[in-house]
Amino acid sequence: MRKLEVMSTNTLPTALAEIVDDFQALTEPDRLQLLLEFSRGLPELPERLKDHPELLEQVVECQSPLFLTIESEKNPDGGARAYRLFFKAPPEAPTTRGFAGVLHEGLDGLTAEEILAVPDDMPELLGLTRAITPLRMRGMTAMLGRIKRKVAAASRLEG
Amino acid sequence: MSYPVEQNEKFAAYANPERLVSTEWLAAAIADGALADGKLVVVESDEDVLLYETGHIPGAVKIDWHTDLNDEVTRDYVDGAAFAALAASKGISRDSTVVIYGDKSNWWAAYALWVFTLFGHEDVRLLDGGRDKWIAEGRELTTDAPQPAVGEYPEVERNDAPIRAFKEDVLAHLGNPLIDVRSPEEYSGQRTHMPAYPEEGALRGGHIPTAASIPWARAAAEDGTYRSREELEALYLGEAGLEPGDDVVAYCRIGERSSHTWFALKYLLGFDTVRNYDGSWTEWGNAVRVPIAKGVDRGSVPASLVRS
Repeated sequence: MRKLEVMSTNTLPTALAEIVDDFQALTEPDRLQLLLEFSRGLPELPERLKDHPELLEQVVECQSPLFLTIESEKNPDGGARAYRLFFKAPPEAPTTRGFAGVLHEGLDGLTAEEILAVPDDMPELLGLTRAITPLRMRGMTAMLGRIKRKVAAASRLEG
Repeated sequence: MSYPVEQNEKFAAYANPERLVSTEWLAAAIADGALADGKLVVVESDEDVLLYETGHIPGAVKIDWHTDLNDEVTRDYVDGAAFAALAASKGISRDSTVVIYGDKSNWWAAYALWVFTLFGHEDVRLLDGGRDKWIAEGRELTTDAPQPAVGEYPEVERNDAPIRAFKEDVLAHLGNPLIDVRSPEEYSGQRTHMPAYPEEGALRGGHIPTAASIPWARAAAEDGTYRSREELEALYLGEAGLEPGDDVVAYCRIGERSSHTWFALKYLLGFDTVRNYDGSWTEWGNAVRVPIAKGVDRGSVPASLVRS
């Protein structure tokens, strides 16, 4: 399998960089299997959001219904605020759920600065484009873009 | 030798009842051990590339429309050698009965069936209602990957002409019936893409002049099965105005939704000449100097293209 060398993982937050390394170490079929594991690992929405679908935004670029929102938390040490990510996608859309799972595990709880530093084309680093099709990859890129826009907007308000 | 054909009242009304099987029939065939010797092979073909892995019909193999059936470089289907290798690896022999099912009322399953037909695979059928119906009925699913014995599949040259139309064919066909199976918004030109598929758009919105708009899903009932012969006739003969014996071309965006309609016209209503234009709107809507009609009216063929 061709190793992707177009971008380095230097600018990625540690957790996301590790995920990217895990994907890149695998053959294509195993990468799909790993994405499936991420789809299974995507946490359920907390009750307060489950009952309020209007608090989530749909990412229309995804092939299947994908809704997301962010919340920020005060850092107990007085440092920068931490951003929490929430996703909702149906079980019959495992590819979309898998992408959400990757972004959740890779970015949840990070600061605005860390999230905003993630390159927009980071999904390409997972080495899934051939198997998933470029179209599906754009869904993930759109998901990341939406998260970054929401974090940027929230961090301007909260300082 | 083909596996026996299902007999039931609904299917019997169709022109080619042998092209469909019901979930009951398939469950019984599997319980009888039909999959053991490769005479009957069940294939799942979904839009979501990971859906099969979340659970599939026991013994079913997976064929992915994008990575298995499309050529990796050229916008075309795989060649005879690649298809033979694919089929054999899935335990399919030239004389196997293949039953295909998938998500979204069998969009991609119908597309896979159409590609099998390009290679002249004789006995290929659709599971009426597809994956969703099987699941809704609480039937068995497994994540166990089958290990089929390799099939014997010859290298067959694809025969596109009878069931596949290219852009030039469609230009020559203008004046004969066309069915546009996309959403009404795509047909009128309000949208250049399907809702939720913005990247598969086109530079121009609208439809091929004179095409009738019959969105593909209207051929499917709530449970994803095909509508009855009578209902399909009302749709295609009544509303679209087709007449028995017509030469018909169906199209959508990349040819997958129109495969579902192609199946209904060809095998359920029995039109002899039905071609799927797989270039569809992603080609036509981007092509230079082809005629386009906008709005809800079918439009007319430009005088310069009317053949004498």
